[in-house]
Amino acid sequence: MSEYLPIVVLLILSAFVAGAAIALGHLFGPHHPTERKSLPYESGMTPFGPGARRMPVRFYLIAVLFILFDIETVFFLPWAVVFRKLGLFGLIEMLIFVMVLVVGFLYAWEKGALEWE
Amino acid sequence: MKWDDLFAILPLVVISTWAVVLVLVDIVIPRDRKGITAALAALGLIFALYFTLPQYNRHLVAFNGMVIVDGFSAFLNTLFLASGLLAIALAYGFLKRNNIDRSEYYTLMLFSISGMMLMGIAADLIIIFLALELLSIPLYVLAGFARPRLDSEEAALKYFILGAFSGGFVVYGVALVYGATGSTAIVEIIQAVVAGKAAMVLLTIGAALIMVGFGFKVAAVPFHMWTPDVYQGSPSPVTSFMAVGAKAAGFAALLRIFVSAFPYLSVSLVPILWLISALTMILGNIVAIAQNNIKRMLAYSSIAHAGYILMAVVTFGKGSAAIDAVSAALFYLLAYALTNFGAWSVVIALEKSEGRGLLLQDYAGLGKKYPAWAAAMTVFMLSFTGVPPTLGFLGKFYLFRSVLEGGFIGLAIIAVLTSLVSAYYYLRVVVIMYMQDGEPVVEGDIWLKVAAGATAVLVVVLSLFATPLLQWAAQATLQSGL
Repeated sequence: MSEYLPIVVLLILSAFVAGAAIALGHLFGPHHPTERKSLPYESGMTPFGPGARRMPVRFYLIAVLFILFDIETVFFLPWAVVFRKLGLFGLIEMLIFVMVLVVGFLYAWEKGALEWE
Repeated sequence: MKWDDLFAILPLVVISTWAVVLVLVDIVIPRDRKGITAALAALGLIFALYFTLPQYNRHLVAFNGMVIVDGFSAFLNTLFLASGLLAIALAYGFLKRNNIDRSEYYTLMLFSISGMMLMGIAADLIIIFLALELLSIPLYVLAGFARPRLDSEEAALKYFILGAFSGGFVVYGVALVYGATGSTAIVEIIQAVVAGKAAMVLLTIGAALIMVGFGFKVAAVPFHMWTPDVYQGSPSPVTSFMAVGAKAAGFAALLRIFVSAFPYLSVSLVPILWLISALTMILGNIVAIAQNNIKRMLAYSSIAHAGYILMAVVTFGKGSAAIDAVSAALFYLLAYALTNFGAWSVVIALEKSEGRGLLLQDYAGLGKKYPAWAAAMTVFMLSFTGVPPTLGFLGKFYLFRSVLEGGFIGLAIIAVLTSLVSAYYYLRVVVIMYMQDGEPVVEGDIWLKVAAGATAVLVVVLSLFATPLLQWAAQATLQSGL
């Protein structure tokens, strides 16, 4: 288990540094709270309305479709780096992979997941 | 990649390609002709079955030890594909009657079966986890298939959350096993243990976490809480498929991992597994008595049967006894699969829309009005109880005997006693069907009748001529890691 010791040291050290930064700020920093300062931060605008609002469920669908292409990119990048070494085999493998994704995309398209009215 | 590699995964490739193509083909099939999709899905399963047959009597390690083809995997793949066929037969009329005849049922089921088949051939903990996710994710969607019915949606959410939670246990266990042995391949894990290079404490904790994760999947007490609600809320054909497929896949993984990779951990893990198995049998059988909804009763019955099969996992450190127990467990899974699909086909025939027709009282008078359905249900209930001449009896007989050979006499006694308890609630269904008066209405389409009739005949006839079946199960066993 001794090879894990550096990780434990790193854990303790990072906890200490982070804790110390917050504690020192609290100890020595000036405190002049106003009502405006303690409002939640919303990109600099004055907050309006409740924090938890209803949101169209379609955003969920968009997120799922995003994952479809996001994962594709994650696989594409390392593949592109070693593309020449993999040769024809790698190309066919990637084509199969893309085909499967395209089927999923066509299915979503056919079911009207891309329409927003 | 060599041709042997391709041969090993050929049934899997066939079924997953078929599923992907079916998604596309289904776009051009008109909304009211979804029977075509069902037929195509069944055809795909038969094709995959055809490619599974040459895998019998082969022993093949492919993809650098990621995948293994042996009797165990071939037996399970056949079981999964046959369950798929039965699940299609059970679903077709049911989906139509309840206005949920969406073709996604068939494609999702094919995807789930491909996950189960991957579980059968997996020889690496990473592949086992991949298979677990591949078989589970379509099942989460299928559980919510009766949308917008609330109990179906509730079942899907519950199953998803518990499934994700248990998946976390499995991954954590795999990570610890990797940390302890330096590999996730089953062969290399056992080599590391034999060579004395493994950190045994870490390995034991990892194995225990994997056990907990699959405990959720096979619905073993105390990880069974989700089962009654999910089984009751899901559409009945999905429940029948889930009860057989997911359970068999979970046991496939447990048996493969524990018998092949962890036999040296038996000293520390057997007491826990013993307790889990005993509790599962006791709780499943006793709580089932109190149920008056047949779906809930069958859910608790499936928990109880998981307890029986878990006894085979308990023997995992016993060398040759463990190998006998594995083939007994496989035989039991086969008997359970046939009986279970049969019983659910009767449940589906009597089920009305909005989840009515599921109380035990709704079965009153079935014996007079529909003698064939009642006779089939009687066969299934007797097989669940373990009364000859049914497959359920043979399954229990061989399983209990192999547990005795493994030296777990206490466990075998608990199994026999809880089987006696189970006779009460199984035979109560028979008593209600024949001795009480009522006006049941059966809506069975032709495929449902075929499924119920075929399983009823098989359950009886196969038990009379069981020798080839037993030999089949006996050669479909694992190699112990000892």
